This record gives sequence, structure tokens and C-alpha cells, in this order.
Amino acid sequence: MSQHDYAQTKKGLRSLIALLSGVVFAVGLGLSGMTHPEKILAFLTLGPGWDPSLIFVMIAAIAVHFCAYRWINKRHHPLFDSRMHIPTNNDVSTSLWVGALIFGAGWGLAGFCPGTGLVAVADGNWPAVTFVIAMSVGMILHYFYHQLTTKPKELGS
Amino acid sequence: MNDGILMALIGGAIIGIAASMMLILNGRMAGVGGIYNGILQFYRGDVGWRVNFVLGLLLGGFILSLLDSERFFSERSNHSHLITAIGGILVGFGAVMANGCTSGHGICGISRLSRRSLIATICFMIAGFVVATGFQWWMTKQGGL
Repeated sequence: MSQHDYAQTKKGLRSLIALLSGVVFAVGLGLSGMTHPEKILAFLTLGPGWDPSLIFVMIAAIAVHFCAYRWINKRHHPLFDSRMHIPTNNDVSTSLWVGALIFGAGWGLAGFCPGTGLVAVADGNWPAVTFVIAMSVGMILHYFYHQLTTKPKELGS
Repeated sequence: MNDGILMALIGGAIIGIAASMMLILNGRMAGVGGIYNGILQFYRGDVGWRVNFVLGLLLGGFILSLLDSERFFSERSNHSHLITAIGGILVGFGAVMANGCTSGHGICGISRLSRRSLIATICFMIAGFVVATGFQWWMTKQGGL
């Protein structure tokens, strides 16, 4: 097999893994109950009837992923790619915590996050369809916001 | 153990396995918000795997829907579409601004012991608790819901 064929095969495998990973991710979210927005809201709404499920979902997911990360971190590259694509940014910027606060506020209103919204939209239910359209609008709005806020700096430099 | 908690742990572990497949095999973080945003912004030469991952989420959701739509999904949410829409806009905007969402920061980032992700997760949890609890309180006071 030539170098080119080898690279193509790896690319194909990466596509397949991304697809499979998405399916498994969706099944995990569904089994955990997180695809029900009212279950998310029952976690975020403190008071009688508080539902702690979400915290257990996170604990289990982090426990598994923590081990996977420790293991792969000792190796130079992933199986089907020549390098890792892991964020290296360590700055705690204003946009990090302000963005997270905005995200959390929306999450507390809608009861969906990007993952659960995209899984639930395949069910065709209206809350999920509304959410995914609105989320896409929010991301596009951020694109324009980012253009507006970074342009003056570029012109100045 | 309570059934809901058991399913939460099982589901969570499966989510962890999915994220680990992406990491170990493809070297990518399974942060859904960032992956989806990369498709919307059409990152050049970096869209294919993102589309596949999102297609996988949709395919998984479709399979769950065929198996038992009522068990896995809700036809009606607690709130009006307007509230869901406002929430969605904030989620989309905030996820891109913070460079991550519940999966990107909350699961992948914390697993890497990233300080940024820990701070982001604390912030979105606090905001989520305040807004959801406050909204519930306000709705009850209005006599709505």
C-alpha cells in the first residue's frame, strides 16, 4: 500500500470512528435520561423534587474519560492520526467565564445543551427542533459579534 | 440503588466511552458545541469528521426514537417555545464564546484536569442553578406553569 493509500485509509477510518462515536454518545445520553429537558431542569432547579441524576452522569463519564486520557497522553499520537488535537490554551480569559455564564443561563432556561439537543432533534419533537434552530442562530450571532469586536484591534495593529 | 441513578451511571459511562473513542482513535475532543459550530462556520478542511460525528448523534437519536420515543424523549417541555428559543440562543452564543459546552468543558476538559474547563463548568453550573431555580420561583409566583 502506498503512502497515499495509507493516508486515505486512515482518513476513512477517522470518518467511521467519528460517526460511531456520535451514535454511542447519543445512546449514552438517551439511556442516562439526559435527553429529557425536564430532567436537566429538575437537576438545575433546587428545592423539593430535586433530581441529582446529572451529577452521576458526569461522574461516570469523567471517570471513564479520565482513564482514557491518562493512557493516550503517554503516547505520541492517536491510532488513526499523526497528532493529537487537544486545546493547549491555558488562559482564563473573560470570554471563558462570561461565555460559560451565558451558556449556563440558556441551559437553565431550555433544559437542553448542544449534545442533548442534537440527539433529541432526531426524534422530531418540537422543543428540540426549536432549541437546535435557536442554538444555531446563537452561534451565528457569536460569529458576527466576534467579527465586530476583533476588527478594531486588527486595524489598529 | 435507585434506578434513575443506575441508568445515569451506565449512560454516563457510555458517554465516556464515546468521548474516549474519539480521543484515542482520532485524537479529538468530543465537545459537541465546538464540533457543531465548526460545521456552521465551515472550518476549511476540517468539516468532514465534524459532519460525521453530528450525523452519528442524529442517527443515534433516530434509533432511540424508533425504539421507544416516549422513554427517551419528551414531546412537551416545561416551558413555552419562546423560553426554549431564548435558552437556545444563549446556549449557542455562550458555548462558542466559552469555547466549550457541557461535553467539551464538563466532561472532556475536566477529565484532562484543565483549569479553564473547571472554571467554565463551575460558571455554567452556577448560572444554570440560578436561572432555573429563579425562573421556577418566578413562574410559581405568577401562578403560571
